[in-house]
Amino acid sequence: MKATLKANAVWLGVMILGFVAIDTAELVGVVNPFIENMLVTIGINVILATGLNLIIGFSGQFSLGHAGFMAVGAYATGIITQSIATPLGFYLSMMVGIVVAIIAALIVGMPTLRLRGDYLAIATMGAAEIIRILINNLKITNGAAGLFNIPALASWTTVYTLMCVTTIVTVNFIHSRGGRAVMAIREDEIAAEAMGINTTRWKLAAFVFGAATAAIGGSLHAAYIQTIAPNDFNIMASIAILIIVVLGGVGSITGTFVAAIVLGVLDTILQNFGTLRMIIYSLALILIMIFKPTGLLGNWELSFKRLNHHKEASAHE
Amino acid sequence: MSNRLLDAQHLVKNFGGLTAVADVSVHFDQNELVGLIGPNGAGKTTLFNLLTGVTPISSGAITLATDQGVQTLNGQRPAQIAQAGLSRTFQNIRLFKDLTVLDNVRIAMTNHYHETFFGSVFRTPAFYRTEAAMTVAAQKLLAIFDLTAIADQPAKNLPYGIQRRLEIVRALATKPKLLFLDEPAAGMNPEETADLTRLIRQIQQDFHITVVLIEHDMSLVMNVVERLYVLEHGALLATGTPTEIQQNPAVIKAYLGDEASC
Ligand SMILES: Nc1ncnc2c1ncn2[C@@H]1O[C@H](COP(=O)(O)OP(=O)(O)O)[C@@H](O)[C@H]1O
Ligand SMILES: [Mg+2]
Repeated sequence: MKATLKANAVWLGVMILGFVAIDTAELVGVVNPFIENMLVTIGINVILATGLNLIIGFSGQFSLGHAGFMAVGAYATGIITQSIATPLGFYLSMMVGIVVAIIAALIVGMPTLRLRGDYLAIATMGAAEIIRILINNLKITNGAAGLFNIPALASWTTVYTLMCVTTIVTVNFIHSRGGRAVMAIREDEIAAEAMGINTTRWKLAAFVFGAATAAIGGSLHAAYIQTIAPNDFNIMASIAILIIVVLGGVGSITGTFVAAIVLGVLDTILQNFGTLRMIIYSLALILIMIFKPTGLLGNWELSFKRLNHHKEASAHE
Repeated sequence: MSNRLLDAQHLVKNFGGLTAVADVSVHFDQNELVGLIGPNGAGKTTLFNLLTGVTPISSGAITLATDQGVQTLNGQRPAQIAQAGLSRTFQNIRLFKDLTVLDNVRIAMTNHYHETFFGSVFRTPAFYRTEAAMTVAAQKLLAIFDLTAIADQPAKNLPYGIQRRLEIVRALATKPKLLFLDEPAAGMNPEETADLTRLIRQIQQDFHITVVLIEHDMSLVMNVVERLYVLEHGALLATGTPTEIQQNPAVIKAYLGDEASC
């Protein structure tokens, strides 16, 4: 208990430190709009990939339509904040996005997660495509042209704060009854069932949770970038999030952070290289998949509680 | 009849053309230790799978006595059957390998300690209280089986015999009325087997539960169980007390004759 409090305090310290560091860099002028854009993209990608990692890495279900839920959040914000251009309107739109994403996830997940096997992958891919085609053809979403001049209601501080909040909430879920049930299903679905775990319900819980955080990522994206179009949320966008999860390590939230940062920085550095950028990018991925197929960090997690434990243990020796 | 716990009537299981369980009727009463023996391929594991819902039955009826009266288990999902009080281990060990020993046990307590979603993600005091209570209960169970020292190790790192013990602890953590153990002593030496059998007897009495024990080697169960079922080729060959079974001509012919020939 005391160790938990201590570790939590260290985490809080790290988060505040990160905030102060970026804030100072902004004030001093090290962070130009270009770099700020990179930082925000990294933050949003962390939110998206953490949720997807919960689904893939912790509950063991394969989802290929994460960008679809992101689109729901983005369009909720894009549409609502054009009428209510206030911070309150932004958070309201985020709530609406979350609720709609949850409903969509329930519709997709309920029939497919009943079954054992990778039916979710196909269903989510289809659902994301349906969502994209819907927004491509609706009037309220302005069709293929998308929405622009969305009020700038999310700054990097908003993104940073929400990244911390969603990460805390996700990690707390993982380290609770629900998270353990979900991991048991990943490890052995038959044994989990035999221990009284309602596998459909818990798989659905993880999936819906992930979808809700994707909607948050989408809202932030819309309110920061200020322009969205249906094609921003196609299958390639879903795969881009998947790459972060796989690269960082399926089942490691720490890995998701590392991969989101590495890819974010790489992407920015390689921006001027045109097509070469895609080649270098792909090559880096292939190399990692060959030499480290479990991702950069496997399922390793940074834990201050464990670090403390080690320190105390070695101090006793 | 008054303390009848589980009643299975005319169970049949066909796998394509193969009849693994052919018209088997068994019953288990409260607080008894029953053995289920038979040669390899007799259908013992399949019978466990039918009773715990892991494999759907082809035909037959399974009923369980509960506080709300006798309920049918036909067509229920394994999780519902487990929640009704039937727990089990697996012949081919199915632990949550990458998770710690402690978590393996706490997972089996999922339905007994309620943490709300809100409490879990925002870490309310109630959440910490529930976690602490659950952990204490899990550690108590681990202590009974001498597993306290390895509580933080991933299950996959443990030796085979310890994994089998952990699987029993995990099954006990679901608070069962009826515990099915599928060859719990498989792969153990005679000394370990004797220890384990004694422990099983002890927990059966301490926890006031019914234990059904599959054993491939008949001699192991003879001096610990109260009653035995003998399966052969998917059918019930005999039933009775250990003494009755030992004197049953059909059993001697099928089982011991079989043993003598190997
Ligand atoms: N899932 C299955 N599919 C097909 N045949 C099976 C299956 N499970 C068991 N069997 C067959 O049913 C018979 C009984 O097997 P089992 O119940 O494992 O026997 P025991 O546990 O007594 O050794 C065997 O012939 C086995 O091959
Ligand atoms: Mg068997």
